[in-house]
Amino acid sequence: MLHTINKSPFQTNSLESCIAHAKEGSTVLLIEDGVYAAMKDTKVSAMLREAMSRFTICALEPDLKLRGVADKVMDGVKLVDYAGFVDLACDNDKVQSWL
Amino acid sequence: MSDIKKFMYVNRKAPYGTVYALESLEVVLIGAAFEQDVSLVFMDDGVYQLAKGQDSSASDMKNFSPTYRALEMYDVEKLYVARESLEARGLTEADLIVDVELKSADEIRDLMEEQDVVLSF
Repeated sequence: MLHTINKSPFQTNSLESCIAHAKEGSTVLLIEDGVYAAMKDTKVSAMLREAMSRFTICALEPDLKLRGVADKVMDGVKLVDYAGFVDLACDNDKVQSWL
Repeated sequence: MSDIKKFMYVNRKAPYGTVYALESLEVVLIGAAFEQDVSLVFMDDGVYQLAKGQDSSASDMKNFSPTYRALEMYDVEKLYVARESLEARGLTEADLIVDVELKSADEIRDLMEEQDVVLSF
């Protein structure tokens, strides 16, 4: 199952709820303001680092670039482009959007 | 002139995800024509508005961050950034596109109290 998060982890608890409810082995894709969660040295870095042991964490690269934070992404976060987003949506049986 | 008022714009939202940041910038630029005492505060996710290196070439959004550099030309020179907000997001002053003054929450509180008008975005 693919989980997408489009809200800043500092503004809502979408990231927290997602990783608390997603099944091990799932893919979590950060998009829009959700990509801020992928940055290193933040207040939520430890939460994301822990989540990496159970999920594949991806972030939409065009959204990282737009926000000027593409060079501050944590190691272990997989960057995907729009075509990669489509592939993830097609390869997974369901998509849950944590709005 | 005795009719100059102190206006503070409080920016707390990340750019692009919502339209608040762009709307705030537009109101600031319109307001600048009235030659008031203007200050801008960036706190919480609002600090992301000033992140260097915003690049819209791979997306359909417009990168409006260069406009923050134009504020100086409109005599909008009081730009304050909440130090705690910046640090919580793994950013430093060097990551910002404009010169700002870092302020503690206490200092921002005092600045806020001095204002005639506070506008929130």
